Amino acid sequence: MENNSYIQKNLKTSNRVDHSKNIIEVNNVSFNYGDEEVLKDITLNIHMGDYLGIVGPNGAGKTTLLKIILGLLNPSHGSIKLFGQDVKKFKDWSRVGYVPQKATNFDVNFPATVREVVAMARFAKRGLFRFATKEDDAIIEISLKHVDMWGYKDRLIGDLSSGQQQRIFIARALAGQPEIIFLDEPTTGVDQNAQNEFYNLLRKLNKELNLTLVLVTHDIDRIIKEAMHIACVDRILVCHTSSEEFIKQSEFLNISGQNIKVITHHHNH
Amino acid sequence: MFLDIFQYSFIVRGLEAGIIVAIIAPLIGVFLVLRRYSLIADTLAHVSLAGISIGLILGINPVLTALGTTVIASLGIEKLRTSKRVYGESALALFLSGSLALAIVLLSLARGFNANLFSYLFGSITTVAVSDVYIIFTLAIVVIIVLAVFYKELVYITFDESSAKVSGIPTKLINTILIFLSAITVSLSIPIVGVLLISALIVIPVISALQLRKSFIKTILYSEIISIFSVITGIFLSFYLNLSAGGAIVLIMLAIFIFIFTIKNHNLKY
Repeated sequence: MENNSYIQKNLKTSNRVDHSKNIIEVNNVSFNYGDEEVLKDITLNIHMGDYLGIVGPNGAGKTTLLKIILGLLNPSHGSIKLFGQDVKKFKDWSRVGYVPQKATNFDVNFPATVREVVAMARFAKRGLFRFATKEDDAIIEISLKHVDMWGYKDRLIGDLSSGQQQRIFIARALAGQPEIIFLDEPTTGVDQNAQNEFYNLLRKLNKELNLTLVLVTHDIDRIIKEAMHIACVDRILVCHTSSEEFIKQSEFLNISGQNIKVITHHHNH
Repeated sequence: MFLDIFQYSFIVRGLEAGIIVAIIAPLIGVFLVLRRYSLIADTLAHVSLAGISIGLILGINPVLTALGTTVIASLGIEKLRTSKRVYGESALALFLSGSLALAIVLLSLARGFNANLFSYLFGSITTVAVSDVYIIFTLAIVVIIVLAVFYKELVYITFDESSAKVSGIPTKLINTILIFLSAITVSLSIPIVGVLLISALIVIPVISALQLRKSFIKTILYSEIISIFSVITGIFLSFYLNLSAGGAIVLIMLAIFIFIFTIKNHNLKY
């Protein structure tokens, strides 16, 4: 029964998605690390059903911005609203999924099966003294099937390829039944074929499951073909526009000294 | 001949206390090892020595005073570590040597405890009192219940702290609870293996089970088997061969680790 409602929730047609509704509001956010100004006056809204790529050179503050939005870092100035509520008071974290930068957060020798990893996302939903229910099992199964990894459920997470591991982390985010998923440099260390499959999966999540996606990446060439909107961050918010507009304007935009090459490069092929 | 051992009530008490500690040490150990906190056990063990000294001087059950000091120190370590003003391992070194210094000074102030001290350094299951068994049993139950309550949260935080935090788990609270439970476990292990060997009890069964590369729950299960087997065998061997029980237990654990490591990694290239 609850299992069905989960499937239905995930099969909502796209006309149910209210694109005019902002679910993330970033207002005048600045972040200082010591004397260094990492982010300055960032104002950015993310609407329901959006697929936003946050791009910028290394060290531009992209991951910092993501961590501020998720409440992992406190901004030096400014505020964040998630689903209309200040991030400091926000409690409904099950609406938010997060796929962290894999390389820095994950021990390949960790003794956990794929199923155990995905089950973690159900933990926060269960109160103390509550054990996994049939509903949890069903949701874990659906989540793994969404990423085509159900057959790997008893394998150790560390034994999978980078691309497969990344799918498991997506499945874990899905198992929390979020409305929005944040992904931090998800394709780092993933080979080209697996990257293609990965972006196909993200497209499916956005279009078919109506999940709002926010993806931090330095791979501008790829993300402008995939995302609905692009936000360029290089300490300040250099631009925030639709992907088509971004492609049109990119050759005139001087995002940063190094980055202009990457952007014009895109038009050469 | 074999059953002789059970005619001695002090050995039975030692076995009881030993098995209880053998059960809880790997339960805590699996989280400490995977979070790279292995040295916390060793640090808290040295801190407990300061507590033992206080207990000996004041004439209070040293297990209780050890418990008090390790719990207080554990909270101090966590506070210092999370302040990020001091590196994590430096915070441990600070507490380890600082409390050892305190223990030495206290003991030199009150002379005459040297014989007693030796049994705390290396364990002495023959001196486990009935009251110790009660204390160990009660606190072990507390540790197991708290672990059961926070098991899911602990697993998530251990695997991926930032995702756990985003999913709404109070990571700071859970970290404090883990180190608090470690303090209790360390204090309870003193009579069995002694202050200097405690970290072996907490770490070796877990790293042995990790070599088997199983699921999380099976890793816990195998470390329990290794731990309980080693403690029982060690106590029996020490009784019949007149050896130090703590030393025997740790050497058996080491032998098991070397055995599993060799079998599992025999094809490693060096």
